[in-house]
Amino acid sequence: MKISKVVEKMKPSGIREFFDLVIGMKDVISLGVGEPDFVTPWNICESVIFSLEKGYTSYTSNKGLYELRSAISKYLKNKYSLLYSSDDNMLITTGVSEAVDLVLRAILNRGDKILVPDPSYVSYEPVSELAGGRVILMKTSGKDNFKLTPEILTRYASSCVKAVVLNYPANPTGVSYTRKELLALSKVFIEHDLIVISDEIYDELTYDFSHTPIATLPGMKQRTVYLNGFSKAYAMTGWRVGYACGPEEIISAMTKIHQYTMLCAPIMGQLGAIEALRGSVNSVLEMKREYKRRREFIVSKLNEIGLECRMPEGTFYVFPSIKNTGMGSVDFAKKLLHKEKVAVVPGTAFGSQGEGYIRIAYASSMDNLKEATERIEHFFKNNGRL
Amino acid sequence: MKEVLEILEKDARTTPEEIAKMLKKSVGVVKNAIKKYEKEGVIIKYKTVINRDLLKDDVQKVRALIEVRVAPQRGHGFDHIAERIYRFPEVVSCYLLSGSYDLLLVVEGRDIQEVSSFVSERLATIDNVNSTVTHFILKRYKADGDILKRIERNHRIAISF
Repeated sequence: MKISKVVEKMKPSGIREFFDLVIGMKDVISLGVGEPDFVTPWNICESVIFSLEKGYTSYTSNKGLYELRSAISKYLKNKYSLLYSSDDNMLITTGVSEAVDLVLRAILNRGDKILVPDPSYVSYEPVSELAGGRVILMKTSGKDNFKLTPEILTRYASSCVKAVVLNYPANPTGVSYTRKELLALSKVFIEHDLIVISDEIYDELTYDFSHTPIATLPGMKQRTVYLNGFSKAYAMTGWRVGYACGPEEIISAMTKIHQYTMLCAPIMGQLGAIEALRGSVNSVLEMKREYKRRREFIVSKLNEIGLECRMPEGTFYVFPSIKNTGMGSVDFAKKLLHKEKVAVVPGTAFGSQGEGYIRIAYASSMDNLKEATERIEHFFKNNGRL
Repeated sequence: MKEVLEILEKDARTTPEEIAKMLKKSVGVVKNAIKKYEKEGVIIKYKTVINRDLLKDDVQKVRALIEVRVAPQRGHGFDHIAERIYRFPEVVSCYLLSGSYDLLLVVEGRDIQEVSSFVSERLATIDNVNSTVTHFILKRYKADGDILKRIERNHRIAISF
């Protein structure tokens, strides 16, 4: 046996086959993309091109460029009144993905229990297991709008649980929480003394109320590792730059691992992030305005077609139910792909609680969304309704 | 309802029904807003932006930027003379500017000869036009916010988490 047992055990994406199908087909309208359809704002690109011309191509300090950490510290203070020292409480990572990996490896001993929502973003469970943790999936369901509540938390939290992963606004459901709702959740976290890993990468894409970082709530900063980045709000997915903020002990442990495995986040990404924070407010607002319109459009259209779809509070995903077609998620996605050449992601890719749902990304032009929803309607009329 | 204008400016094909969905308003409200803007002249017309440079068989028209120095007229300022000039169909754009000259025109013709004739026979001869300087446009890169080049936008992999 050449491969480690842990990796062997890791669930391969059960829909790898479906993904290969999509990539192999021509002229597919893909609503299955997890990144913005906008290109990184030009001021960011131009600024980094200039830096490259000047020869900024080397390693940075492990923690990340001081200028960037400083800018993030200032940004969080101004936007959320969230104070993190750029020296001791922050680490620049290669995307939030690396931050997730680092924090899990930094805090989990073999067998430590960690709560992960179901459905949720694909990495949390496997990376927790890779780190030696024992994952307890917190089942949420459509009838609760896939929201975590204190009741659901209490069902799973106990004194033997070490940590919990939160992601809001959430991929794939688009769910987010008001300050009031987070306050209620925080009481459970505090009661059970949990470390909270909070992935808030979609924070800027919250449409109906202001986003509240959970670390700003009473009793939470000392137990929260706040993760954020630049991929979604600034369309910088390929630049691979994110950050983690948290208690000194945890950030220091994360930095220890990071310095050996990654050394530092790419300098280009970091330079781009500095410019993003400096001069991109209008670009972000414009993107957000566009996403919001698409959100209204697609939720309205899907419900019109007959696919029950709640209005998500954030991200650029909707998570409609396909239960009234009688088909399973993978079956629906495959058939839709073959018959109408529209790609969506089966809800089961995000956990077993995603069965009966599909994730549609509206990070696509209005033209694509109009065409895709027409094809979905056609498919539904000919194959769907029970 | 200024958002309606924003949406139509991006894509004039957007129907009132689609706009209504995007803005979470009723179709009636959207249709009325559009009618009002049309009546008031806020919406002047619906247009398609075409890049003729990509039409290989087409005879390319010639465009020139023309700086015009005028003597403004008593009681009329610049408006009167600007109108006399822009009513020529060859004048595609007309702007009043601050600085070293007064009016900036974009003039279009079949060829250099036609544009030159227009300037010397029609434009320069107008009362109150003191002088003109003609710059022929060699290449248009971007016009009114539209980049005139097919930009390959979608490099994303077809499906990702």
